[in-house]
Amino acid sequence: MREMIKMLIVLTILATLSGGLLAAIRDNTKDRIENQVLEFVQGPAIRSILEGASNELVVDRFQIKDGDTERTFFVGVFEGEPRAIAFETFGKGGYGGDVGLMVGIDTKDAKLLGVGVTTHAETPGMGAKAKTDPSFVAQFKNLPLAEPIKVTGDGGTINAISGATLTSRAVCSATNDAAKIYEKLKPQLADKLKEFKK
Amino acid sequence: MARSIVQEFSKGLWDEIPPFRLVLGLCPVLAVTKSVENGIGMGLATTFVLVCSNVLVSSLRKVIPAKVRIACYIVIIATFVTVVELVMQAFAYPLFLKLGIFIPLIVVNCIVLGRSEAFASKNGIFRSLLDGLGIGVGFTLSLSALAAVRELLGTGDLTIWEKPIQVFGPSYQPFSFMIEAPGAFVALGLMLCLMNLVPKK
Repeated sequence: MREMIKMLIVLTILATLSGGLLAAIRDNTKDRIENQVLEFVQGPAIRSILEGASNELVVDRFQIKDGDTERTFFVGVFEGEPRAIAFETFGKGGYGGDVGLMVGIDTKDAKLLGVGVTTHAETPGMGAKAKTDPSFVAQFKNLPLAEPIKVTGDGGTINAISGATLTSRAVCSATNDAAKIYEKLKPQLADKLKEFKK
Repeated sequence: MARSIVQEFSKGLWDEIPPFRLVLGLCPVLAVTKSVENGIGMGLATTFVLVCSNVLVSSLRKVIPAKVRIACYIVIIATFVTVVELVMQAFAYPLFLKLGIFIPLIVVNCIVLGRSEAFASKNGIFRSLLDGLGIGVGFTLSLSALAAVRELLGTGDLTIWEKPIQVFGPSYQPFSFMIEAPGAFVALGLMLCLMNLVPKK
């Protein structure tokens, strides 16, 4: 009996201490980790989409509540005006699950600035080309937001990556989602961008 | 068979060098040794966990009840592994992306648990520290050596601090089999074989 109680006490104390220690470390590294994730996962996509912006990319960002989800928007300043935004959406139906896509929108001309794949689990050499082959995502550049974007097989203009129609469709649907989100949040976005000016 | 303090450390470098002599912890050995950088990163992470868990297990060896010792060791090891994981995410995110799942898997690495059970639970704090350090350094060296062989043959380059150094020159045809999974087994087997050619004292 005494042995049993000792076992309980030792394990409980150990687990409590380790829980406390980990909580403390987590609290102290949380912001840094968040920044690192933005820098290395979303960062490259943002930098390529908002290329030529004069502000500090990735650092300049704000959040807007969209229903239950909080979305992060990255700002790009062109010609002294904060007119470009980029944010991440997830395209359903990729071959290996959802495809994370950073979508850049020019708020002045209501057109796409470009897109870039952030996270995915597509097949290397096939669907993964969406991320590694710049010629695929280059097709999205300067497309108007008003029309839904589709691959050629579905009656659209985007040439799908050969052998990876599912991935290409997922990228298109993520882009279309982004356009919808942008339409919905337009007023709030405009306010935030105005604030950003000063 | 009492060892001197120096031997406590140096045994991890040859006599009990983990993947080759103890043949323990093969999962990360085979999986992450695609480049020297990954090997060193994984080795250092494991060394940190080994040293910390060895010291803590050794200092608690009289408090921990025998029946739940494994559970206690795992709690201790898992704590330090999570510390490594968080710190690596915060300060070396690209390395964390490459090592990925193998960092949390240090928890179930038998080298770490093995040293706690076989050494730290029976020896003093200082000796346990040296043991952890020795085995850790040995593990790091083995990972780096294996990774160097694989990277060199597989790509012709050696990458150090993200800078590739062309060793065999541009005309080298990469033997990319070596950086695939089967290459890991072949390289490990050949290195084991070479080590066994050295006669034991």
